[in-house]
Amino acid sequence: MNDSANETRSVVIERELPHPPERIWRALTQPHLLEEWLMKTDFLPEVGGGFRFAAEWGAVTGEVKTAETGKWLSYTWGDGTLDTVVTWTLKPSGSGTLLRMEQTGFRTDQPRYLMGATAGWPRFLDNLEQLLARID
Amino acid sequence: MPQPHDVLFKTLADPTRRALFERLCRDGDLTVAALTAEAGVSQPAVSKHLGILKRAGLVGDRHEGRQTHYSAKPEALAPMADWTREMTLFWQGRFDALEDLLKRMDQ
Repeated sequence: MNDSANETRSVVIERELPHPPERIWRALTQPHLLEEWLMKTDFLPEVGGGFRFAAEWGAVTGEVKTAETGKWLSYTWGDGTLDTVVTWTLKPSGSGTLLRMEQTGFRTDQPRYLMGATAGWPRFLDNLEQLLARID
Repeated sequence: MPQPHDVLFKTLADPTRRALFERLCRDGDLTVAALTAEAGVSQPAVSKHLGILKRAGLVGDRHEGRQTHYSAKPEALAPMADWTREMTLFWQGRFDALEDLLKRMDQ
């Protein structure tokens, strides 16, 4: 990767959850549970393992980079245009868990509209309409 | 202060404006007359919509003789077409679904 030459951006989401890390870990790693909140997948929490997430809007492929049961998990997240890494961190907090998701590697020189431009504007604007409906 | 994407959302929320912008993206430079021919609204209405698109930075104009040619400036979409914004919305939705699931697992 030649990321050093390009500035990259991240998305970070953190939430306090009133559940023990063990339960959250299961939801993050077991395919039948992942399917309920994220996407249909053949995920296995084994380093080096490849997997695929599938949704009605497309598919994401990834490879597990690090996994330590109940503590942290990171995997690559790519879909042909995006080349990012998703890292989950679970920290015990009171009687629950502080769950943090960080997705890194969004290139600032590759904004979304470049993909819209090659895929055709009509399709991009359809997505835009759905987005507008969602934020109403 | 409104965010840049608020102005873009408002501007493109109108289907006539969206169609005009889309056509300029697809067909390149066009005159008001050429745009009106397929817009399904009157020329003054097309001109008004083009003015709004221009203020939002989505189109540019160029005068040539008596004609004004309009062209799309799709780079103006960048603030709301940003991946990080889209992925933040995506993950916030997923976190909500995860919380629902965790509650069910608790029972």
